[in-house]
Amino acid sequence: MQSVPAGRKYSSQHEWLDAQGKVGITAYAAEQLGDVVYVELPEVGTRLVAGQSFGSVESVKSVSELYSPVTGRVSAVNQGLREHPEWVNEDPYGRGWMLEVEVESEAEGLLDASAYQALIAREHA
Amino acid sequence: MEPLKTPLSLWHRQHGAKLTRFFDWEMPLEYRGVLAEHREVRERVGMFDVSHMGEFEVAGAGAAAFLDRCLTHWPSRLRVGQALYSPLCRPDGGLIDDVVVLRLGEERFWMVVNAAHRERDWRWLQAQREEGAVELVDLTMALGLIAVQGPRAQAVVDRLFRRDFSRVGRYRGILALPWEGESLVVLTRTGYTGEDGFELFCPWQVTPALWEALYGMGVSPIGLGARDTLRLEAGLLLAGQDFSEETSAVAAGLARFVRFDKPNDFIGRAALWEEVQQGSSQRIVGLEVAEGIARRGCPVGRGEEQLGEVTSGLWSPTLGRGIALALVSTKGWTGEPSVWVEIRGRRHQARLRELPFYRRPSRLPASNQG
Repeated sequence: MQSVPAGRKYSSQHEWLDAQGKVGITAYAAEQLGDVVYVELPEVGTRLVAGQSFGSVESVKSVSELYSPVTGRVSAVNQGLREHPEWVNEDPYGRGWMLEVEVESEAEGLLDASAYQALIAREHA
Repeated sequence: MEPLKTPLSLWHRQHGAKLTRFFDWEMPLEYRGVLAEHREVRERVGMFDVSHMGEFEVAGAGAAAFLDRCLTHWPSRLRVGQALYSPLCRPDGGLIDDVVVLRLGEERFWMVVNAAHRERDWRWLQAQREEGAVELVDLTMALGLIAVQGPRAQAVVDRLFRRDFSRVGRYRGILALPWEGESLVVLTRTGYTGEDGFELFCPWQVTPALWEALYGMGVSPIGLGARDTLRLEAGLLLAGQDFSEETSAVAAGLARFVRFDKPNDFIGRAALWEEVQQGSSQRIVGLEVAEGIARRGCPVGRGEEQLGEVTSGLWSPTLGRGIALALVSTKGWTGEPSVWVEIRGRRHQARLRELPFYRRPSRLPASNQG
């Protein structure tokens, strides 16, 4: 299993949030999904509410909802994912980022890297 | 219930496959990723563990007549070593299963059935059987089955058996191939991917060695994930998903496998003939989605009217977009291809289209399965 980068926060639904307000899904989530072929994201300016669905990520065979780890307005969307959804698998913490949000507040119960690592170790067992 | 295991289940685990439950069976979903595995089969060659498929031996003086009566196609016309694809129908024309029949001898056939319907098929066939003339044996747990599929499939099996299979046509078989001394393999030029390919039936215990031999030749294992994308692009139905017993063989687009010119009566004949004359009320169609991926259960419609719903939907690696099969009503059918499909509450543009979505560049004489 890949290590979880420090310095970010993680939701129990496998989204990450960094200090700039960028949001994506974790390597563990991408691995579970398999090859990502389509990512549906909101437009810039959309207001997200922590814990609510903001889009979906689809692999060849299945679809997963994306849940926002924050409340706030979307300030940027990774347009590259339209042409290159595979970035979510190849580089989930880098080129595979999804949104940037002007964070008003974070969801309750976000985890640090070691707590998230423990969560996926339990899920995987 | 614990899932059933194929003779290769241990191999799949040892080689890092993601596993999935497929009806009663534990099966490999993917090894390296669906997209890479799909491409491997379209461009080169791959192998599938399909030992979960059921095999029934039908033997005896009445075997050919029994199969002619139970199936809509015409098995008694097969020569030894030939195979055909056929619907298995109820009296009302509803599809119990779709099967492949191989003739092994004058009075001996194998029927290859879908894992989803094996027990139902078995009970149905038993009930149609007249004592004495026909013997039925379930060989499912005695036979392993490996499918070798892709443009390089023939080169691979040529090397494996040190023979030349170029003259074996589609739906033709070789019935007793020696391998590693005395184990006998039955080989047919059949498959479920839209590519050229072969299926190798072998004794259960021999399956791992045969698989390893292929693996040693550089043939990649392919999981059920890519099997699904490959078969859907080829416009092939998945039993247990695209049809039920409420779907007639005609609605499923299988009328060309219903032989009304067969002299003897067969189960479903009258109902299917009437449906061909009067037109079906429903039809399985192909669907291409402009953006997004329609999944099983998504409603399909035009204007304010719902026409039906998606039975199988996924991302087509070859077309680079969402494709689907849908069962739709033919009422008010205008031939207008533009429809909508509702994906998670939003209507997306889609287009009805002819099947298959993908046809391989032809290298072989046309199939004789029709």
